[in-house]
Amino acid sequence: MDLFLDGFAWIFDPAHLSGPGGIWARIAEQLSYTFGAVAIAAVIAIPLGLWIGHTGRGRDIAVLSSGGLRALPSLGLLIIFALGIGIGFKAPLLTFVILAIPSLLSGAYAGVEAVDKRTVDAARAQGMTEWQVLTKVELPLGLPLLIGGIRSGVLQVVATATLAYFASGGALGVFINDGLKTRDYAELIGASIVVTALALVLEGIFALLQRLFVPRGVTAGQITEVRSRPVRPRAVVGSPIQEGK
Amino acid sequence: MIEFRTVTKKFPDGTVAVDELSLVIPARQTTVLVGSSGSGKTTILRMINRMVEKTSGDIEIDGEDIYALNPVKLRRSIGYVMQNSGLLPHRKVIDNVTTVPVLNGVKKAQAREAALTLLDTVGLDRSLAERYPSQLSGGQQQRVGVARGLAADPNILLMDEPFGAVDPIVRSELQQELIRIQRDLGKTIVFVTHDIDEAFLLGDQVVLLEKGGRIAQQGTPAEILSRPTSDFVATFIGADRGRRALRVEVVNGRNVVVDEDGRPTGVLQS
Repeated sequence: MDLFLDGFAWIFDPAHLSGPGGIWARIAEQLSYTFGAVAIAAVIAIPLGLWIGHTGRGRDIAVLSSGGLRALPSLGLLIIFALGIGIGFKAPLLTFVILAIPSLLSGAYAGVEAVDKRTVDAARAQGMTEWQVLTKVELPLGLPLLIGGIRSGVLQVVATATLAYFASGGALGVFINDGLKTRDYAELIGASIVVTALALVLEGIFALLQRLFVPRGVTAGQITEVRSRPVRPRAVVGSPIQEGK
Repeated sequence: MIEFRTVTKKFPDGTVAVDELSLVIPARQTTVLVGSSGSGKTTILRMINRMVEKTSGDIEIDGEDIYALNPVKLRRSIGYVMQNSGLLPHRKVIDNVTTVPVLNGVKKAQAREAALTLLDTVGLDRSLAERYPSQLSGGQQQRVGVARGLAADPNILLMDEPFGAVDPIVRSELQQELIRIQRDLGKTIVFVTHDIDEAFLLGDQVVLLEKGGRIAQQGTPAEILSRPTSDFVATFIGADRGRRALRVEVVNGRNVVVDEDGRPTGVLQS
């Protein structure tokens, strides 16, 4: 327990907090990696995922390759990239982009696929173009799952971004590495607590976002069903007769 | 008028759903395609708005080959009502109804005004306009589906078992409502059902289909009832089991019509 207290004491020591190389600066680096990598991954994976979900084409390849990408060890990848393109922020960023792609890709195509096929069929039969079917029907209805994919991508990257120091890329891993090398356990634990807290905060924000983006009509129905439907279905569920209106 | 000339639909797995169908669907009348599952009735319906692409043959609307038109444009000019309403769950009732007019570039306010009138037409209270589809009963959802099908004021309305998933009492209400709407609007309605009673109730013309989209018999309900041309037709309309076999009994000097169970259904007026 003392170690945790030491960790917190380390965090709230004003000398550690500010300045270049301080906790705030490292948090900013950690978040830059996270959102930078997820943004780049999103540009690649989301259009691809939407296309796969909409057309149903390439689904098997997507499942296989995102499974393969998930299996790649990030540390090994980082070292290979660092050897290839040198140390600095580029190698870690590239590693984290690859880490984020599978979650985003599967979130996008699973979101589109989960939309009721009859709804999509009806939209097309009304005369929507393929683009309109995608943007006006499949995307809004698939948004919760899509955001779920972004959420898990963000969490994976924010937790893994501590590896960046291996390529001299900064971020919160610097403290963990320092603490380990100098046997400064307060620093080690303090930095770990910061990373954990950061992940939890992001998780909370995304859980909220995901809830906000469930289309209103979908939740509206669920709520009334809970309230107004008896356990056993009524014999007659009719609309009120409004003749002559 | 919709005309099929030797139209065949063969699915990629080799099933021939519709085999060399030739059929004329007259304008401003209700034509009901009736048959059991596998008779190709839905495939025939969906070939009219190119939701199913024909394999061979010609399909024309008012003399114009539908394959000369852009399918999206074609679909926007034809109303489509399906089972389970197919409403967009994330859009309010009013926005579902205005879907096609808005796609066609009608101003939103104007489309909404027209949509409210359409809710009146299909017998829905205007207060439901701001609800989401999931907040409505099945019957109300089907009414919204009909309103949406009518929203762009199409000449043709395709209805694919629209009342198949609602309970009998609501179904009967909706059928009466459709008869009333059709009396007022006079659309070319193509209606698919497997329920022969519904076919006889709604159809000016009934097309009875056998497997592979072959026409077993085509005509007015009266023609089919009075002279079923094959055993298949007789079985389908229930004539072989004595269904719809009414007879006259004289009671108190008047001609009383009784049904197959001997129950009186009415008195003949001479």
